[in-house]
Amino acid sequence: MSHGHVVAVRTYVAVFLALMALTVLTVAAAFVDLGPLNNVVMLGIAILKATLVVLIFMHVKYSTRLIPVVVVGSVFFLVILFVITMSDYLTRGWREIGAP
Amino acid sequence: MSTSHVSALAHQFDTLEQQKESATLGMWLFLAQEILFFGGLFMAYLLYRFRDPVAFAAGSHELDITLGLVNTVVLIASSLTMALAVRSAQLSRTRQLVQWLGATGLLGLVFLVIKYFEYSAKWHHRLVPGPYFEFPEAAIGDRAEMFFSLYFAMTGMHALHMVVGIALLAWLLVPAARGKFHADYYNPVECFGLYWHFVDIVWIFLFPLLYLIGRHYHAGG
Repeated sequence: MSHGHVVAVRTYVAVFLALMALTVLTVAAAFVDLGPLNNVVMLGIAILKATLVVLIFMHVKYSTRLIPVVVVGSVFFLVILFVITMSDYLTRGWREIGAP
Repeated sequence: MSTSHVSALAHQFDTLEQQKESATLGMWLFLAQEILFFGGLFMAYLLYRFRDPVAFAAGSHELDITLGLVNTVVLIASSLTMALAVRSAQLSRTRQLVQWLGATGLLGLVFLVIKYFEYSAKWHHRLVPGPYFEFPEAAIGDRAEMFFSLYFAMTGMHALHMVVGIALLAWLLVPAARGKFHADYYNPVECFGLYWHFVDIVWIFLFPLLYLIGRHYHAGG
């Protein structure tokens, strides 16, 4: 008796097919002009694909609660890296607050 | 439960369950580091793409979408074979485990071969940053060179992770073939699987971010 949850083959195959479909979708969407939405769609699809891999292939859906805490926690710190660095960069042209 | 082997429980753990969860947690903590590690490169990409969107789109157009797409399919397929390998270990099916591990390694090698062809094409087209770099649109040459610096840094670091992964997989095949992994103990297979899936996820982001920038500007570009 395995000490971990055994996932059905059909579940793995279903996830694989979903990942294939999303890959095709992301390439197709790249050629359509959606304006600023292009970036949102690209990233959104990539995040969805990554979520499927994390939850099913990496078994996080079947794991104890501590594992998702580590996963979400590391992404949280990644977001801090992006947000604070870009905030610095994007506000460089601003005039100094309270300058004489 | 088969007991034809010595108990896989190390003395510091109370149960096999606890041992397995401990291994999984440790591996995820390593992956947390890897996420931030690649995160640094993605941060650089984010900033420079924001600064030079036109140059990045022009640079991206020089990449071969077909090869990038094939590589994406190859890696996702290798994640499927890896997941099935872990499943084989969970069910104590040694021969199946070896076969799925082998398939995973082969797909990884296919990925690297394609990468090699991509890189040598870049070299021939003078798109490798450095003294021989020459961009078709000379006016944005410097900014496009930054795109290619990031392209090589990010895919290169990813490829290095692939090489390490394949080497580890070859190393893992030895105890696997000897039946050392089974329902009671398959932690190394599970942990290696986590590493392999992580490297796949990095590529899942690299592909659209590097190959698919501004493709709607030039239809058929």
